[in-house]
Amino acid sequence: MSGHDSKYFSTTKKGEIPELKEELNSPYKDKRKDAVKKVIAAMTVGKDVSSLFTDVVNCMQTENLELKKLVYLYLINYAKSQPDLAILAVNTFVKDSQDPNPLIRALAVRTMGCIRVDKITEYLCDPLQRCLKDDDPYVRKTAAICVAKLYDINAELVEDRGFLESLKDLISDNNPMVVANAVAALAEIQESSSRPIFEITSHTLSKLLTALNECTEWGQVFILDALSRYKAADAREAENIVERVTPRLQHANCAVVLSAVKMILQQMELITSTDVVRNLCKKMAPPLVTLLSAEPEIQYVALRNINLIVQRRPTILAHEIKVFFCKYNDPIYVKMEKLEIMIKLASDRNIDQVLLEFKEYATEVDVDFVRKAVRAIGRYESIIATLCESLDTLDEPEAKASMIWIIGEYAERIDNADELLESFLESFPEEPPQVQLQLLTATVKLFLKKPTEGPQQMIQVVLNNATVETDNPDLRDRAYIYWRLLSTDPEAAKDVVLAEKPVISDDSNQLDPSLLDELLANIATLSSVYHKPPEAFVTRVKTATQRTEDDDYPDGNEAGYSETPSHAAGASPPNSSSSAYGATRQSAPAPAAPAPAAPVPDLLGDLIGLDNNAIVPVDQPATPSGPSLPVVLPASTGQGLQISAQLTGQDGQIFYSLLFENNTQTTLDGFMIQFNKNSFGLAAAGPLQVPPLAPGASARTLLPMVVFQNMSAGPPSSLLQVAVKNNQQPVWYFNDKILLHVFFTEDGRMERTSFLETWRSLPDSNEVLKEFPGIVVSSAEATLDRLAATNMFFIAKRKHANQDVFYFSAKIPRGIPFLIELTTLIGNPGVKCAIKTPNPEMAPLFFEAIETLLNA
Amino acid sequence: MAGAVSALFLLDIKGRVLVWRDYRGDVSATQAERFFTKLIEKEGDPQSQDPVVYDNGVSYMFIQHSNVYLMTATRQNCNAASLLFFLHRVVDVFKHYFEELEEESLRDNFVVVYELLDEIMDFGYPQYTEAKILSEFIKTDAYRMEVTTRPPMAVTNAVSWRSEGINYKKNEVFLDVVESVNILVNSNGQIIRSDVVGALKMRTYLSGMPECKLGLNDRVLLEAQGRATKGKAIDLEDIKFHQCVRLARFENDRTISFIPPDGAFDLMTYRLSTQVKPLIWVEAQVEKHSRSRVEIMVKARSQFKERSTATNVEISVPVPADASSPNVRTSMGSASYAPENDALMWKIRSFPGGKEYMMRAEFTLPSITDEEATPERKAPIRVKFEIPYFTVSGIQVRYLKIIEKSGYQALPWVRYITMAGEYELRLI
Repeated sequence: MSGHDSKYFSTTKKGEIPELKEELNSPYKDKRKDAVKKVIAAMTVGKDVSSLFTDVVNCMQTENLELKKLVYLYLINYAKSQPDLAILAVNTFVKDSQDPNPLIRALAVRTMGCIRVDKITEYLCDPLQRCLKDDDPYVRKTAAICVAKLYDINAELVEDRGFLESLKDLISDNNPMVVANAVAALAEIQESSSRPIFEITSHTLSKLLTALNECTEWGQVFILDALSRYKAADAREAENIVERVTPRLQHANCAVVLSAVKMILQQMELITSTDVVRNLCKKMAPPLVTLLSAEPEIQYVALRNINLIVQRRPTILAHEIKVFFCKYNDPIYVKMEKLEIMIKLASDRNIDQVLLEFKEYATEVDVDFVRKAVRAIGRYESIIATLCESLDTLDEPEAKASMIWIIGEYAERIDNADELLESFLESFPEEPPQVQLQLLTATVKLFLKKPTEGPQQMIQVVLNNATVETDNPDLRDRAYIYWRLLSTDPEAAKDVVLAEKPVISDDSNQLDPSLLDELLANIATLSSVYHKPPEAFVTRVKTATQRTEDDDYPDGNEAGYSETPSHAAGASPPNSSSSAYGATRQSAPAPAAPAPAAPVPDLLGDLIGLDNNAIVPVDQPATPSGPSLPVVLPASTGQGLQISAQLTGQDGQIFYSLLFENNTQTTLDGFMIQFNKNSFGLAAAGPLQVPPLAPGASARTLLPMVVFQNMSAGPPSSLLQVAVKNNQQPVWYFNDKILLHVFFTEDGRMERTSFLETWRSLPDSNEVLKEFPGIVVSSAEATLDRLAATNMFFIAKRKHANQDVFYFSAKIPRGIPFLIELTTLIGNPGVKCAIKTPNPEMAPLFFEAIETLLNA
Repeated sequence: MAGAVSALFLLDIKGRVLVWRDYRGDVSATQAERFFTKLIEKEGDPQSQDPVVYDNGVSYMFIQHSNVYLMTATRQNCNAASLLFFLHRVVDVFKHYFEELEEESLRDNFVVVYELLDEIMDFGYPQYTEAKILSEFIKTDAYRMEVTTRPPMAVTNAVSWRSEGINYKKNEVFLDVVESVNILVNSNGQIIRSDVVGALKMRTYLSGMPECKLGLNDRVLLEAQGRATKGKAIDLEDIKFHQCVRLARFENDRTISFIPPDGAFDLMTYRLSTQVKPLIWVEAQVEKHSRSRVEIMVKARSQFKERSTATNVEISVPVPADASSPNVRTSMGSASYAPENDALMWKIRSFPGGKEYMMRAEFTLPSITDEEATPERKAPIRVKFEIPYFTVSGIQVRYLKIIEKSGYQALPWVRYITMAGEYELRLI
């Protein structure tokens, strides 16, 4: 049943848009339909066909369902960019929502809900009201989801129009699919509302449990996930619930199984009868094991969850350790998780078998995996002897270092520890630093445990090697410390070097109990995969501000202070300490582990809710050099040409930093740039130097700028209008924002006295004040450093009540000074900023800049 | 707890967007594409990348099918199990429509692809993935009709997998009981893992809305009914049912009752972890003579009753990557060197029970070895086979009753077969 749609992708050249326009207005139905297909094809490959809006919308009134769907699809994509024209579609939408065919009624509401244009939304309410009460369940199930869509756009409207009540009514609908979608919609609305909207009573619970038997697999997941929030009144109710959920463990859809497991585990907390609990554990084991025969991606999710489950209920899988043995063809991510679980399930009873299994893994190709296996082996002393046999096969420095640590730590139990270490000492100078450090420590330990002649000679060799013969300061320092310790007070050395180690609490990464509770309540979700609470990664943003991608890039990530912890995600420093534990793969966000692997660290968590600007893109810049720039012309608008740009100040000179990315099929050349008149008279100081760009290529350039060249009249504005052209494409226009702080000059520093004088000399009418309730200054030093880096100079600080008051000065070209007073309580939200300047009309621009700077 | 995806992407092998559907408008295609192309580039082998990845506020989940990636992006705490499973279902839907899901078929059918993306998910919530029913109202060009269709009842019915009004002249059901034996033997010859995964694969060609009831020799059921178990009943450890089976009913009285979908589907799967004697036992001896020659001796023994015969037996024996000039002899079947897999493939078309066959192979090795070379990954011996008319578990279909209100008689055909699943024997 294969189609031939690819013909619609064939590109026509210059006249494409006019040609399509003509075809869209053709009197022939088939021709119009073909034209719409061509438009959608163009949209699919990222061409901008928004200029055909009116023509496409004209094709909307049609009996042909396929054509209608295509026009609707077009609307979803472009209504946002043509909000004024989108209104043209409203009539047809409203008409379609009353069509005799339920397929069309549903399609109309579904699509209207996807168009996030206020004018359309206003007209959605009446059709939605009708569709929620439609006779056809297909329409009702679509309307149920549509309420959640509308809530996302305009929550108030949903509440005012009573849609929440209608939605709640649908929970009692006689159609299971409608019930399931209503549950999904209510659960989502509840999540973004602080007051109780969707409370599950024992009555709803019972209704939903009944619906469970009848709805689709996806609907079953919605219902189980929503019900897992329910707190049973007592053990008896909990047992009843469990009884009705247990049959789901037999479902072929593994998501249904996992969500049922989640619900059972939640209720088990309340069940007091040990028999019942034991019985449930027995019932859950086989389905969990069977999840390991699923597709590898699902196995991965299952394994991450099993990892949590065995921490709370180790008995469930205590006898099943063998099912976690790795298969040859398991993807590495599955092997890593299996290994992790084996470590958790290892006990006296199965240890021999497990160690034998780990030994097999030591010959695997994946370095991370082998390392983890070797470290796991290191936990078990009984294996040490066996392990030492394979010493010479270890090539990987970390594995080697771990092994050497083991030899030193258990020197008294390894008969030939001295021989083993000696064999390594021969190659001491050639070893990598982390191996050298471990050799040094291990030899000292050996000497302290067996102070005989052999080790004594060894220690001489090592200390000599590690002090005189090395350039590595870490190694040298450690060696000197040992040396002095050993020569002044061997007993003290023993106390230090052989100190009782704290019991390793991370024993196979056990999670904190309260976190574990939270994660168990989130079984099957991303939270359970990341082993992180949802707040750590959920970034629900009001979509209205999200559409254009550049909006979520903060303006403050210029060179200098875009230091976000996220950059640490890629490469945490090699772990050279003697702790051989805490293996973690550098995948983001990594399992709860000491490494700083999560791109959005928890410390950012509380900021996310307040200000989207706090999230700095993790994404590396498109070309590796230089900081990432906000996109000013997205490829979808630039017919494949994407431009990112930002004004920067460097050494008193202003530059326009630009990145051109050619995603078209042709080479682009002859780039030129022009700036419209603006408040600062910014203009290019020279021609734009961009080489011809082959398809797929990108180029970065720094364009020197001059100021006061083409000043615009009127009040100061941060708007910078830019035009860019090349020989192949039409002229592109885009808007950028001028941030005042790039103009701050280096001579802006004021003496205290002159600051006071200037302050006094300016009339009070020149003082402007603004509050930033959401901003937190968490460290005064860091903030002062950052401000100083942009030529905003610190003058003095005083205490006022419990707040700190800081004074700064700054200057922009033409000698216009700014006198600034910042008042805040360190570590608490809320910053008050007062400025005095001879040009108070600049104040709004200044506040924009300071906000960016403080948020960085 | 709730969570939906923001968008669903179909990407080519380099991670570039082929078709995507934006469900929530809070993740852009550029953002997703930029992230994913980089991910693929960095990893080299995308198979080694975790299927759930976080980047810049967005969680991505993806699977691969031939030269296409299917990926979702979300900013919420979605149900990861559900969505990854959903992606696999989407593959099934596309395969039903286009026979093969690949870059070309997506391009050739982009109109239908968009229509499907609109129907299978709404606002990022999975909605409906029964390919057969979907094709009743979303059709490819060749089958498209001018009359606008209505949504089939099944889309919202409790029986969401079957439409009404199906009609066959001859009503038939084919039921294949397929058991896969998974086994892992360590280098000391000990069986460290063994289980059997069974599946009841059905193809139904039945008119109307037939009520089916399946009877198995399930010990729990037979004992509950007070029937004598003459050693024939079996313990099914973990049973999973197709969504058509009434789970609550099964939980109650172990009755397997259902209205089947039309056509092929897996009615149920089960697992037995009782250790079974390996059906085909393979031993290998590898001797390296000096540095230039390696000799491999393989013995294969069938350990099932003589009246059964294994067919299409394939034993893959790993050989060193730098081996060359093979010289092979077998007492049965044929063996060939497959350098692309670094393996020797020994094929025996028919292998009756209670027999033992041998293979000897000799390879030359280069006299010089790379000192820097990383030690080779130790591949296991892997075995494939099929044994028709035989099950390891002894499962039996006692009856399959089909009742339809029109009262037709339907013929059930039952077949049994056992085959090798993950059948691995590690070498020393």
